Amino acid sequence: MSEQLWAPSADISTLKQRAKILATIRAFFAERDVLEVETPSMCGASVTDVHLVSFKTRFVGPGNHQGQDLYLQTSPEFAMKRLLAAGSGPIYQLAKAFRNEESGRHHNPEFTMLEWYRPGFDEFALMDEIEQLMRQVLNCQPCSRMTYQQAFLDILGLDPLCASLDELKQCASEHGYADIASAETNPDTLLQLLFCMQIEPKIGIDAPCFVYHFPASQAALAKLNEQDARVAGRFELYYQGMELANGFNELTDAAEQAQRFEQDNQLRAQMGLPQVAIDQHFIEALQQGLPACSGVALGVDRLIMLALGKSRIDEVISFAVGRA
Amino acid sequence: MANYSTNEFKGGLKIMLDGEPCAILENEMVKPGKGQAFNRVKIRKLISGKVLEKTFKSGDSVEGADVMDTDLAYLYTDGEFWHFMNNETFEQIAADEKAVGDNVKWLVENDVCTITLWNGNPIAVTPPNFVELEITETDPGLKGDTAGTGGKPATLVTGAVVRVPLFVQIGEVIRVDTRTGEYVSRVK
Repeated sequence: MSEQLWAPSADISTLKQRAKILATIRAFFAERDVLEVETPSMCGASVTDVHLVSFKTRFVGPGNHQGQDLYLQTSPEFAMKRLLAAGSGPIYQLAKAFRNEESGRHHNPEFTMLEWYRPGFDEFALMDEIEQLMRQVLNCQPCSRMTYQQAFLDILGLDPLCASLDELKQCASEHGYADIASAETNPDTLLQLLFCMQIEPKIGIDAPCFVYHFPASQAALAKLNEQDARVAGRFELYYQGMELANGFNELTDAAEQAQRFEQDNQLRAQMGLPQVAIDQHFIEALQQGLPACSGVALGVDRLIMLALGKSRIDEVISFAVGRA
Repeated sequence: MANYSTNEFKGGLKIMLDGEPCAILENEMVKPGKGQAFNRVKIRKLISGKVLEKTFKSGDSVEGADVMDTDLAYLYTDGEFWHFMNNETFEQIAADEKAVGDNVKWLVENDVCTITLWNGNPIAVTPPNFVELEITETDPGLKGDTAGTGGKPATLVTGAVVRVPLFVQIGEVIRVDTRTGEYVSRVK
């Protein structure tokens, strides 16, 4: 088959169905009085997350003749939380997000993210709302729910909250990852390896599955659990071998947030990665006061893949990166 | 030999794994939204021919393998080595039994084969997709059978055994697909 690179990577009937799903999403939030917002794709600061690589561009213009570095956003999270701190109330956004070095069957470096925030919701109330949207878009069975710890115990017979580095290495080696395990010093890398390779393919087969109470060491921007500080108010949604969404009971403490960013930068230094300047606008917004809320980011292209039974992200994007 | 980072992985790249040269067949990125990326790679070991799956942590590097394919004509065997020649430079290379492997049964004098060299030494011999060989032994077939319903086994001059239609006789030359080991046609 000769490839015509001028032509879209998705066929037109798929793009029509895509448009319908986007309309369904907008109607879902309109019914619930959640405000649609738009935030900048280019921002003055990026993210410290050691596993994300942002694209950088440069703005030159009146008042800025020397130029200013701007970063394409890996998610609209910080800007949306600034809106929440400014009193927006519940908001959602269908945004383009950009992540360098990510491309494959389930990844395009530029993708569409649905992100929304619910003041006054805990992570479980937000999971209920996500489930309603999933059932509307995917016409699927009710979602199942399990803790991160239970998923490991059921599938690997290993307690992720107690296991030592040696036990994790042992488990990874037994499953054919001896080369990675032998050199690894970070328990979270091994947990992520085991989760991606051994657990993800086995959960959320018949119905979407929420995995909640991620370990505190992988809290990202979630609050730690008040009853059990070993886990965080972070959850993910999986369906048919795909990671669909990541959500948090949001951390609202500015000092703790700043400290986590600094820890990221320390880890970056250890890993030989460049330091990333902390987004001070975001920290100041948290100091101003972020209302107690939960928020989630959902991969819209993947949602459309699942709704339409497509196996490659290229098939639901008009022009995937190879033709952009 | 250069090292390759997982970012450079793609189908056809030759790398070293457990001391053996391998070819990457498929490379898939697996990455959680929050967390470490991995590369799930399908690999063929070039000496044993085994295909296996291997996972790398993205960003890690592996040693490249100095592997190249070269097209050479088969000359003869002295019983220990099989000798091949470059038709342009007349340079000769000898492959041992391990490199020739099962493909010994498809070697026809003057046919151009693909020889895979690792550090300059032959590790695999791939015959042409189609070869023509004479039948040395087969049961006499029934006259008039042209449908080739069940067929019958026939031994070829190299020792290969191929199922042929009933009408094909000893002394005839047939065309065989070396990838499947199946009879294609008679050669007039």
